[in-house]
Amino acid sequence: MKSMSRVIKVDYLARVEGEGSLFVELEDDKVSRVELGIFEPPRFFEAFLRGRKYYEVPDITARICGICPVAYIMSSSRALEKILTVEVPEEIEKLRRIIYLGEWIESHMLHVLMLHAPDFLGYESVLSMAKDHPEIVKKGLKVKWWGNQVIRVVGGRSMHPVSCRIGGFYRIIRKEELLPLLKELNHVKECARKLLEWVLELPMPDLRRETEFVSLRGEGEYPILKGRVLSSKGLNISEDEFEDNLIVEQTKYSTSLRYRLKGRGYYIVGPLARYNNNYDLLDPEVRSVVESHGYGAPLHNSFQSIIARAAEVYHAVLELEELINSYREPQQPYVEGVVRGGAGAAITEAPRGMLYHKYEINERGYVVDANIIPPTSQNLASIEQDLLALGNKLATLNPTDAQWLAEQTVRNYDPCISCSTHFLKIKYINK
Amino acid sequence: MRKLRVAVYKFSSCDGCQLQFLNLEDELLELSNFIEFALFYEARRFVGSGPYDVAFVEGSISTPHEVEVIKKVREESKIVVAIGACATSGGIQALRNWANEKEYKLYVYPRPEWIETLKYAEPPSKYIRVDYEIRGCPVSKEQLLSFVLQLLKGKIPTLPVDSVCVECKRRGNVCVLVARGIPCLGPITMGGCGALCPSYGRGCYGCYGPMIDPKPEVLNACFKELGLKPKEIQLLFKQFTNWSKEFRRVIEEYE
Repeated sequence: MKSMSRVIKVDYLARVEGEGSLFVELEDDKVSRVELGIFEPPRFFEAFLRGRKYYEVPDITARICGICPVAYIMSSSRALEKILTVEVPEEIEKLRRIIYLGEWIESHMLHVLMLHAPDFLGYESVLSMAKDHPEIVKKGLKVKWWGNQVIRVVGGRSMHPVSCRIGGFYRIIRKEELLPLLKELNHVKECARKLLEWVLELPMPDLRRETEFVSLRGEGEYPILKGRVLSSKGLNISEDEFEDNLIVEQTKYSTSLRYRLKGRGYYIVGPLARYNNNYDLLDPEVRSVVESHGYGAPLHNSFQSIIARAAEVYHAVLELEELINSYREPQQPYVEGVVRGGAGAAITEAPRGMLYHKYEINERGYVVDANIIPPTSQNLASIEQDLLALGNKLATLNPTDAQWLAEQTVRNYDPCISCSTHFLKIKYINK
Repeated sequence: MRKLRVAVYKFSSCDGCQLQFLNLEDELLELSNFIEFALFYEARRFVGSGPYDVAFVEGSISTPHEVEVIKKVREESKIVVAIGACATSGGIQALRNWANEKEYKLYVYPRPEWIETLKYAEPPSKYIRVDYEIRGCPVSKEQLLSFVLQLLKGKIPTLPVDSVCVECKRRGNVCVLVARGIPCLGPITMGGCGALCPSYGRGCYGCYGPMIDPKPEVLNACFKELGLKPKEIQLLFKQFTNWSKEFRRVIEEYE
């Protein structure tokens, strides 16, 4: 019998951040080829960071991504602080956690509500979904708005905030500036819980595939600013060892590089990995909502990443209440470092997963080398693996539905393609 | 009333400026009664074909492919609005314009021959006529909304053109430059942010680009008095709007 071949081709992926395309070739009931093309133009950040002063790096790297600038500010600040032997006091660390959790809420709500949920219910956009589900959309927008407010109060503006610097903040953020955020908190909490409950009831496509989840592991609190790198299959290393554990690949159809773990293979970072590796550190209230709907941890199906995001949003709102209430103003807005030559690496948990930054500066404080590994590039290969695993299902659907399901599979990872086109320092490893 | 048909395009950029539409959490649903996002890849699967009443364009033009697309955008749109620092001045990635492009690719990619880029990253106005500009890195969502509302009312949209310095005085801030000796581009930078950086205890870094008829040489004399070295002065201008005509001149002067 002649084999049947057909192709799913999406020239411009919608509802993702940045520019990507998708090519899936099906033969009989199998997917024979998947190419997630990234045609986002390269912007060469790592190259033009060379020759900049160390203190400019957080603001420059923030511009890699308009959705998660705080993540770039924090990873770069922490990496450079290691070189300058800066240790930030607890109050500043807390304030950083506050603004970072604000970004998690803003970024996750954008994805959960506006980019991802419409897929589960068959809407082309949140605007169409809002016509039939106005209440939940309004609740979601409220939570998103609040997350942006948190960033705005601490950072000056919600996108590319201006108050953060190496060693802390440019000025002391007053407690009375933060307290107004709590005025609407009860309503926001209610909305975040309703949203999680709504997500837990969404019809969930099935997808099972053996994989490795990699994230930071929190010490006594859900991980965001620091932690050891842990995987669901026993990896346990420090952030300084991370880069040495990676293999980098470039493909012809993509301006983004991709990564594998040495001796382990492709892996997944992001909310699902964090959730699986740190479920015990989520607020008990969040876990009880999740469990009352028959879910728990670990979750293996990448469509369920929407559950991890909604759970993290509710957790972030609850944690912010505690952080803001217990906030004490620091004595000094920032800690001054000692400028000296050296290298330093740091990983923080961006909304989309581990964001690795490494810098080398000279004794006058100029950057001589930079390496940035964003979460989406670490996930690219896994997205393709998911599509291969869906093979049978894609083959049995009609072309329109198959295309939609393929797109949804990509969106499971909340890919930030703007971020993914940035990497550096490619070592060629022949195996 | 017929809805305003809007297209939102992205070129070389961080996605942030178009995201400001989705950050209008309080207004978005109401706004969608008056405007139709006929093309907005970041928000919708549905794509409505042109012509469009207004195209909002984010990002700079940095690949041959983008040149083709921006020309098509112009043909299909009655009004083209450049939003944000990348679309109005080339943005942060225009920093590569100051260096050797081949070297850059080699530095970032193992197989640089697969990467196709233009020599310079430049604003769309290099290739097409642009009708309006909204500045900022990122563009402020309040300015974006104000612009859209003016269009809906049938007005010729205008935005304030005061410098950051004027906005700062209006806020009653103590001057970071005069009182604390912190280098600040506020006196020559277009306002619109509400003097955000000085309000948070730091100098303006010029993300809204040069104001109308700035006088950087006067400000630079001030910086020299503070003890800044020429290279440090150059770096101040070599940031998010480095490829704007006025800032470029300063960078060349200090090269």
